[in-house]
Amino acid sequence: MNIEEILKIKPYSLNKTEKEKLFSSFLARLSEHHYTHCEPYRKIMKSIGFDLKKKHAYTDLPFLPVQLFKTNELRSTAAENIVKTLSSSGTSEQKKTQVFLDKENAARQTKVLAKIVSSFIGNKRIPMMIIDAENIIHNRARISARAAGVSGFSMLGSKQVYVLNEEMELNIELLQTFIKQQQGERIFLFGFTFMVYQYFYQALLKSGTKPDLSNAVLIHGGGWKKLEKEAVSATDFRNKLKEVCGIQQVYDYYGMAEQTGSIYMQCESGHYHASVFSDIIIRRALDFSVAAIGEEGIIQTLSLLPTSYPGHSLLTDDTGILLGEDNCPCKRLGKYFKITGRLKHAEPRGCSDSYA
Amino acid sequence: MQNQGVAAIAMRNHFKNIEVLFPKDFNLNKIVQMQAEEAFSENAISFLNALSILLRNDPQSTDFPEIAAFAFFCRKANLIQLKKVYSPPANRRTGRGIVFHISPSNMPMNFAYSLVSGILSGNLNIVRLPSKKFKQVDMVCQAIQELSEKAEFQLFSQRMLLVRYDKLSSATACFSSICDARIIWGGDQAVREIKKISLSAKAIDVSFGDKYSICVMNADKYIHERSPKKIARAFYNDTFLFDQNACTSPHLIVWLGSGKNVSASQQLFWDHLYNLVKKRYHLQAHSAIDKLSTFYNQAIHLKGIKKTPMPDNLIWRIELQELTDSLDKYRGNCGYFVEYKASSLPELSCIICKKHQTIASYGIEKEEWLQLSRQLKLNVNDRIRSIGKTSEFSLSWDGYNLIDTLSKALPIIL
Repeated sequence: MNIEEILKIKPYSLNKTEKEKLFSSFLARLSEHHYTHCEPYRKIMKSIGFDLKKKHAYTDLPFLPVQLFKTNELRSTAAENIVKTLSSSGTSEQKKTQVFLDKENAARQTKVLAKIVSSFIGNKRIPMMIIDAENIIHNRARISARAAGVSGFSMLGSKQVYVLNEEMELNIELLQTFIKQQQGERIFLFGFTFMVYQYFYQALLKSGTKPDLSNAVLIHGGGWKKLEKEAVSATDFRNKLKEVCGIQQVYDYYGMAEQTGSIYMQCESGHYHASVFSDIIIRRALDFSVAAIGEEGIIQTLSLLPTSYPGHSLLTDDTGILLGEDNCPCKRLGKYFKITGRLKHAEPRGCSDSYA
Repeated sequence: MQNQGVAAIAMRNHFKNIEVLFPKDFNLNKIVQMQAEEAFSENAISFLNALSILLRNDPQSTDFPEIAAFAFFCRKANLIQLKKVYSPPANRRTGRGIVFHISPSNMPMNFAYSLVSGILSGNLNIVRLPSKKFKQVDMVCQAIQELSEKAEFQLFSQRMLLVRYDKLSSATACFSSICDARIIWGGDQAVREIKKISLSAKAIDVSFGDKYSICVMNADKYIHERSPKKIARAFYNDTFLFDQNACTSPHLIVWLGSGKNVSASQQLFWDHLYNLVKKRYHLQAHSAIDKLSTFYNQAIHLKGIKKTPMPDNLIWRIELQELTDSLDKYRGNCGYFVEYKASSLPELSCIICKKHQTIASYGIEKEEWLQLSRQLKLNVNDRIRSIGKTSEFSLSWDGYNLIDTLSKALPIIL
């Protein structure tokens, strides 16, 4: 199967056997592609003596730690083909992650994102309210992960309104007008979790305005780390939003700059789901072996999309638990899982750290 | 003196988030008004000896080999020996004044040795303790507190101040402005950051940056070693005890000897070490990922490296075909070792650079090292220690004679 055919598959329609077959063969081909076109990747594969000519189960495929994209420029195409570079929001002292996208890769991400999201909110494009500021997506060649998320999702609406200004202030008037204009039609809200909480929920709460968004659907992602201090649980988050604007349908997703597009949506049962375009494997820290269902470990993410950079098999810093496969009450096929946190950076003892 | 008084007042008014572990009545003015003493004074020696006894008698000290080693260092017999070497009668020295010690955030005992060098050189001492909390730190602070309550040490103990604060505190700036010498233990980045904070015109900086240390193993000897396990344990103490992150912890292991003996020794050595690590070491999950990242970075940037299969992520062994001076840039920690089979010791000369520090030695005689030292062009930081003894403190460190550096002689030329 080639990627065009794969892109026609419904996002949650393959069972374990079908998916394993697809992933083992397709990821092997992707690995060969990167082996040929990315010298650092080739060096890595050689150093571990991984023989791509042999048949491997996709669970045996090597995985690159996401940190590697901070310390190296990893590209599987000539520099002149790169149209977009995603970059993480690292602090100034830290090196930033860099993900290089060519035209095809970027287009494929958008397409897959649309497929996954529309399977949740319907195929029809609906008016969209973006809980962010429009100016963040202006610089198109080199963009932050947040901007990439916003710009990717923004394609999914029939029309868009950005309800925050550059100072991250909510424009309530604009919001009210937009709602009125849609005359009860369903509205699609998108924003990063902490932005939604801090600049949308808090602002509404403070203003005392209660816009009617009972017919809207919110998709949010980017993780809960920034909300740790506030100690907001997923349930609190939903309840609080419901209080201020009546919104009923709220979906969280798990995703990363290194594999934009093939996101993991949270279903009605509160489980994150791997679509047919990506997969997860939970690994044990002790020896990187595959953890059992129900056992916490490090999340490896696999995606069929990356061609312009070798990001098809990654080891994240996140920890999670595989809850099951093909048997979620929501009826979607594929693996479903839970995120338990992010690994703290190791704090080794030693003499090299007096400033911290 | 007036300036110092002003600084002290400013400090009292502006400091928040500063935790004073000693003394209970925090008074910076008191310390700035005291005078430096002669190096290795009677008072200093009896205070440190009393500290040594107190720590040795602490029932908890058996759980902390570092405390036992520190107490051993501070015993009177050792101090008198050190006095002979560092402060002979012909070289009478007096402390510079106030020494501000900035210890690394994640080494439990470094601060204590730094303090001792300040005390022995006759100085008053302000110590920034590691920001990370360690039982060992508390034990030393508590012992000092106890001594201060005894009449004979009450005055002497006023010569030190032990504090803990995070990097956002303005305390570093204040202490820097009143000290006569500042000792910065830390990596290059930390040293650079702290050096931006100015000292008074007369004060000096003594800083220790990133270092790279190695271990040289003579397989021809190891193969006949009576207790190969003891040697593995010694190596554990050099490395895993500090998450392989002390400047003295080896990252590269150079094997010498016949091919056959090297293979057999490696098998034996790593088996023993692995069993020990499995029993005693806790591997943080992120360290496992870091090891994988380090390896892939090495694969990208170094020539011809290979991973030696191991049962799990506790110990990573990387086989190196060719020595290169960029090894230190791609180092790992928490049990990540690069191995190289050398045909002879002089081969090492290409990795001995300014960053190089400790050589942990097994199975090579002192005479041999002495002969080699010229060929290897060893530099000021270099120190050669028996395996297992790399972290032992010395008053000469990275090219500094700490006593001479922290004190002054009265030049009389008649």
